[in-house]
Amino acid sequence: MAEPVAVGDPMLPKVAEVVARRRELADTWTIELVTEAQGLLAFRPGQFNMLYAFGVGEAAISVSGDPAGADRLIHTIRDVGKVSAALAGLKPGARLGVRGPFGSAWPVEAAVGQDVVVMAGGLGLAPLRPALYRLLAERQRFGRIALLYGTRSPSDILYAKELARWRAQLDLQLEVTVDHAGTDWHGHVGVVTSLLPRVVFDPARTVALLCGPEVMMRFGALALQDLGVAPGAIHLSLERHMKCALGHCGRCQFGSQFVCKDGPVASFAKVGRLLTIKEL
Amino acid sequence: METHGLQEILSGHRFFADLDPALCALVAGCGRNVRFEAGDYLFHEGEPADRFFLLRHGRVAFEVTAPGRGPLRFLTVGEGEVVGVSWLVPPYRWNYDAKALETIRAIALDAKCLRDKCEADHHLGYELMKRFVPELVRRLHATRLQMFDVYGQHG
Repeated sequence: MAEPVAVGDPMLPKVAEVVARRRELADTWTIELVTEAQGLLAFRPGQFNMLYAFGVGEAAISVSGDPAGADRLIHTIRDVGKVSAALAGLKPGARLGVRGPFGSAWPVEAAVGQDVVVMAGGLGLAPLRPALYRLLAERQRFGRIALLYGTRSPSDILYAKELARWRAQLDLQLEVTVDHAGTDWHGHVGVVTSLLPRVVFDPARTVALLCGPEVMMRFGALALQDLGVAPGAIHLSLERHMKCALGHCGRCQFGSQFVCKDGPVASFAKVGRLLTIKEL
Repeated sequence: METHGLQEILSGHRFFADLDPALCALVAGCGRNVRFEAGDYLFHEGEPADRFFLLRHGRVAFEVTAPGRGPLRFLTVGEGEVVGVSWLVPPYRWNYDAKALETIRAIALDAKCLRDKCEADHHLGYELMKRFVPELVRRLHATRLQMFDVYGQHG
């Protein structure tokens, strides 16, 4: 399958319209977009779009919807700054600019016949959700699938209804943990790597997909490696400030690579050492 | 009879896996089977840390109470894990509450009994150190990550 890439002038945003908006968390919203522009709707899990709030600015936001037959673009956005606040605040009927899709994708095809460990932290579940849709849609092609999700507190659990639905699915191992909780939380409390002993997978034939804060991914990847998962089979989604999304401006340079063009998804074998270099 | 049964349970527990049978027998001499129901406390903050627990079944939550905020849960542990490390170092006092989240079956090990045996047999002490230090390092590291609040807003 040809990799979906931005068509036409990749620097020229196409117009999309917000048709739905829902609050996920106190500071996080999901918006659904429709567009008549060609090439925007096809994406591979892990790719991102540059969303442009007119008059405010542009930000790289991963696509978090279902890649199969999507008739709308779905983005989950956390309000952390001027641009993301403007994007998260767009209500149905509002228009915005979209460029994309950009970047590398989760290696879902490479995971066929393998066990899959998906480790998500906080909002990192959003870029992984398209991969999960894909894995679950073609469940029989994969071995065991485990989703380990860690977040700050019970009120910070993203896509809680969807997680509950997946938990009911008997062929998916799902474990959720939070960093701290009150006594009304009966789930696990602790760091996300502490969930690893609770799930079953064969490290020698496992593909791992990790997304979350970089500190979490570093230690998550090392924990998986310690269990015997090959560094080349551990994939992370990197995040750096981006401008052009084409590898031209250098804003997201990461060693000899550009996160926008060579990433965001990269193997731990490729970027593991770079993650320990403070200047990057 | 009970000690022999405990020795078997201990040798099958993840925490004491591969421990020399003679040393395992020494440890078993300090242990007994215990059971707690959901909602029971294994111990409370401030109490003497005179024992620790090897969980065989069920989950335990560690909590500290902050004024105005009620109990805060900062870690849960389950089957195959250990509850309590404060018995290792003076003043042997618990620093948090440990609450059973469900029915707990565990082996409780008498702290003084075990410390005395370690003093008398440094080989046993070394074997215990090899098991407890990685656990302490893991918890220290995890606590550091929790303190970083990595999922919070840092934009």
